[in-house]
Amino acid sequence: MEFAAQIGGSVTDGLAYLGSLTSLGARAAYYTFIAPFQGKPIRLQQTISQAMQVGVRALPILSLITFFIGLILALQSAYELRKFGAITFVANAVAISMTRELGPLITAIVVIGRSGSAFAAEIGTMRVTEEIDALETMAIHPVDFLVAPKFLAMTIMLPCLTIWANSMGILGGALFGVTQAGFFFDRYIRASLDALFLRDIVTGLIKSVVFGITITAVGCHEGLTTGVGAEEVGRSTTRAVVVSIFLVILVDLVFTTLFFFLGQG
Amino acid sequence: MEPRDDSKLEAMISVRDLRVNYGEREILHGLTFEVMRGETLVILGGSGSGKSTLLRTLVGLERPSSGEIWLKGKNLAVISDAEMNAIRKRIGMSFQGGALFGSMTVGENVALPLREHTRLEEPTIEIIVRLKLDQVGLAGFENYMPSQLSGGMKKRAAVARAMAMDPEILFFDEPSAGLDPIIAAGVDELILELKKAFHMTIVVVTHELASAFLIADRMVLIEKGNIVASGSREEMRSSAHPRVRQFLDRIAEPEVLQEADYLQMLTEDHRAAGRSMTQRGGV
Repeated sequence: MEFAAQIGGSVTDGLAYLGSLTSLGARAAYYTFIAPFQGKPIRLQQTISQAMQVGVRALPILSLITFFIGLILALQSAYELRKFGAITFVANAVAISMTRELGPLITAIVVIGRSGSAFAAEIGTMRVTEEIDALETMAIHPVDFLVAPKFLAMTIMLPCLTIWANSMGILGGALFGVTQAGFFFDRYIRASLDALFLRDIVTGLIKSVVFGITITAVGCHEGLTTGVGAEEVGRSTTRAVVVSIFLVILVDLVFTTLFFFLGQG
Repeated sequence: MEPRDDSKLEAMISVRDLRVNYGEREILHGLTFEVMRGETLVILGGSGSGKSTLLRTLVGLERPSSGEIWLKGKNLAVISDAEMNAIRKRIGMSFQGGALFGSMTVGENVALPLREHTRLEEPTIEIIVRLKLDQVGLAGFENYMPSQLSGGMKKRAAVARAMAMDPEILFFDEPSAGLDPIIAAGVDELILELKKAFHMTIVVVTHELASAFLIADRMVLIEKGNIVASGSREEMRSSAHPRVRQFLDRIAEPEVLQEADYLQMLTEDHRAAGRSMTQRGGV
């Protein structure tokens, strides 16, 4: 009985958590998409600086990681493909697994590590130093001021980063293709492009938009609900990372399943 | 700010039977008092007396669980967020640690409410910012980051930000906390100047007696969520009320002797603290 009650408790807690994420997301969406038509312009400057921070500054590390991932994918799939004398299919394997799955996922994980945690730490520190309260007493809604620019920046930058990650992954695969599988560089790229359908890329990008929303919602929610004291900021930051990774994988599963069955029909 | 001659008698804030809860724990047990236009009211109390909760409730950061707070003809206990925000534009709050935004310069901090709530031209805003900083003795500091300021300067900058919208009421949370006596005296001086120059209604929460007796027109002593005594400086100083005397003469609380009571107090506090932690947060 005890056990069942515990499960029930966790499920309710989980649903309540998802509920508060949704309400935060809805508020941020209101300030991003509806408020501008009611005479409250988008905070363009903050959005651009967030986009720089979330997107442009992530490019070097993301490029390196996804290049390596592409290379690893090529090595791993060649191991199996070689047995069938189909090593030239390495290009297809890398291109499809990058665009459909690993590009969006690795991008999301890099962004969680760089930005999801930073959101929680930034907003959490502001909570602790009463800056959030100060915003409220100045009649400025914290979601409007802090969260909405992050939302907009993330929903734009995550797909962009994902496209970049896809290309870098394919380049990583090309390094293997050219050195080990007897491809010319332009041939490899051509083979990759031929293997891809627009659908592969688009499903990956749709996922990345949802990942962006999820990461922002979790990071900002954890920041806003930070308790009292410096150690609470650390706790929020850790939770933001762990919960974001879990939810991103969950969202990934849901969407991949959805696309799988839609693709059949 | 429209100073009127008969304004002295008008109540700016009236609080009636105010109760505030954190979760199930009641922090304020039915407070009733008034703040008159143009006066400086000091809310005195020890740590955990509920004085900070009272201040947070007065500026709308906490909702009363029952009772009324009348401010500008509106009852804060029942008004909508939009109405609350309209009132917030007419009040200013200076937080204990300043609560300046670390990513903005001092000038941008002061300009923020103006940029958010007015359609003033940028040059006008810059002039107002310089004026406000000058009023708190920080002329020329608009391009400094808050991290480059000392504790006392941060507090002054926070006052400048609180005054940016020319509020009718100014709230101070522990204005002299964490400052050395000389700097603290400077902040007290600033509050007196604001009162003299702008006839502002000021509400100060503090536990510093020297500061309280310097700036207050009237005082309210709060203990464990109840008003113990209230009155003018002189009335408080000459009061014979045992709790007032204990606070003013700085006599320590007698040791708790009953073991059972002591244990109960420990566990109660523990549970209540847990609740108030979960209570915070939420958007």
